[in-house]
Amino acid sequence: MSESASRGIAGTADVVVIGAGHSGLAMSYLLGQRSLRHVVLERGEVANSWRTERWDSLRLLTPNWMARLPGYPYRGDDPDGYMSAGQAADFITAYATYTSAPVLTRTTVTTVAQSRHGFRVETSRGDWLCQAVVLATGAFNKPVIPRLAEVMPANVEQLSAHTYRNPRQLSPGGVLVVGASATGLQLAQEIQLSGRPVTLAVGEHVRLPRIYRGRDIQWWMLATGVLDQRIEEVDDPDRARRVPSPQLVGTPDRATLDLNVLQGQGVKIVGRLMGIRDSVAQFSGSLRNVCALADLKMNRLLAWIDQWAESNAPSGIGPTERFVPTLVGETSQLELKLGEDIRTVLWATGSKPDFSWLDLPIFDRKGDLRHSRGVADVPGVYVLGLPYLRRRKSSFIHGAEDDVRELSTHIADYLDRSTSQIKSRLRSVAI
Amino acid sequence: MTKHTATATNGVNVAALLGAREALKDAPEAARFKWRATSEWVKGTHNRATVAGFFGLGTEHQHRQTYKFESDHPEIFASEDNGATPVEFVLVGLAGCLTAGIAAVAQNRNIQLHSVKATLEAGMNIQGILGIDPDVRNGFDGIKVHYDIDADASAEDIAALVAQSQKRSAVFDVIANPTDVTVTASKS
Repeated sequence: MSESASRGIAGTADVVVIGAGHSGLAMSYLLGQRSLRHVVLERGEVANSWRTERWDSLRLLTPNWMARLPGYPYRGDDPDGYMSAGQAADFITAYATYTSAPVLTRTTVTTVAQSRHGFRVETSRGDWLCQAVVLATGAFNKPVIPRLAEVMPANVEQLSAHTYRNPRQLSPGGVLVVGASATGLQLAQEIQLSGRPVTLAVGEHVRLPRIYRGRDIQWWMLATGVLDQRIEEVDDPDRARRVPSPQLVGTPDRATLDLNVLQGQGVKIVGRLMGIRDSVAQFSGSLRNVCALADLKMNRLLAWIDQWAESNAPSGIGPTERFVPTLVGETSQLELKLGEDIRTVLWATGSKPDFSWLDLPIFDRKGDLRHSRGVADVPGVYVLGLPYLRRRKSSFIHGAEDDVRELSTHIADYLDRSTSQIKSRLRSVAI
Repeated sequence: MTKHTATATNGVNVAALLGAREALKDAPEAARFKWRATSEWVKGTHNRATVAGFFGLGTEHQHRQTYKFESDHPEIFASEDNGATPVEFVLVGLAGCLTAGIAAVAQNRNIQLHSVKATLEAGMNIQGILGIDPDVRNGFDGIKVHYDIDADASAEDIAALVAQSQKRSAVFDVIANPTDVTVTASKS
């Protein structure tokens, strides 16, 4: 008898949802509407990573009026504001209460494996047997840090966006922020304003104004259908899923955060970090081109918005705008002395989900989960909330609803099929 | 956005390139290529390099013919100028790579090209190679490339072609980013 078979059974369900964040709770609500027996397993409290794995000043990239989950719109008094991580956690927790979601908190899933008629979900508090499993543990569990980090001189302190909380953590002296996504730019700005000179290593990035023609850029992206664009309509889905988050920040003054703003505040921009040799960081000579690419792409989006505005004539919008191209100095710096110019390196080089606890034949050769728009290669396994899972908005709070509606239908069909298979198998045994 | 009705004819087989991309996604070993050159000293600073074959798609390949390249230094360096200076070959490689990329991207975006002309200039302080000033590097202090392109496309679409070509260029990457170089020697 295997070890797992002798463990205690905590319960059985049609579906086990792993993770009580916005995606898992949205799925729970829709499974409940279909009267499917399910449980939501959560290692900490509801919205755990929002409470424990974010830097202090983080705010959502989307305005509050966009925040909605199935059956639950934003009801607060600051529709144009941007939630802090704590407020997002409160919003999600209120949703769990509102939907009476069957959440088991402080229940860490240690393994998911196939069993005779479905799956065995092993947890710190007994095991669950189920027909289907929904992975809703989030897309941002662990930082992606380049292997270069291994050859960093010992006198340079290294942090990731996961371990960074605020500038007071950092020694005085120069800071190299690696990565030009929303995270990289936000942290570069707050560290620079704390008095530590920041150099920002910039690879490919997405530049966006916060406000365009008087409306939040997210309003335009929603109105014009950009956020609803489906992964199957995209030329290169793998690439679309790797695109870094757009350079945005949610502040009360709804200010734009781009490389020009940062340079105005004293941040030095350099190319992508490509190597470290003899304690010298080497940067790519491609800075000018990645900035040109980002400017071109932003202008293409703005032209698309203008075209849409022309034919749809929304009321109360401002005149068309174009923004100053990203300023790159005559000569871009290619090297920096680590330990002297730079005392701290902050990796803002992205995050990835952690599915290391899945004991399933479900990973590709690069270790990524194999799935088609959230339907995993192992029948009965589903995944939620990954970037561009089904649509551009998939990883946003408001993006969960459409994905979860479609995937809950898929789950219901799958359960029907597997139930009828078991019944027909039983019949053949009876004969 | 520029409107395209007819199919552009830039002489690039985009279907083959896209097919290769799809096929090599699941065949990482076949995607590993080895590019090769041999060379032999002639006299003075005159050198003759030969390019004949390369390895890729799991097997050896031969070019349609063997190519020979003469390199030398100019007369103001007290040389005989029997060929382009080695650093100029770097510019030749960059131009060839970026322009091929522009043609391929244009074809993929169905943009008809009429002429694509590039002018390249690299700055170099030869105090570096002469060992006069240790703070001056041996190589270029920068490269400037200008493209003059006649195509059925807007100025913005042409800028996007050139930007995308840099993004996918091998030689641009070789020049703009560090590469580990190993040089060994043996006595024959």
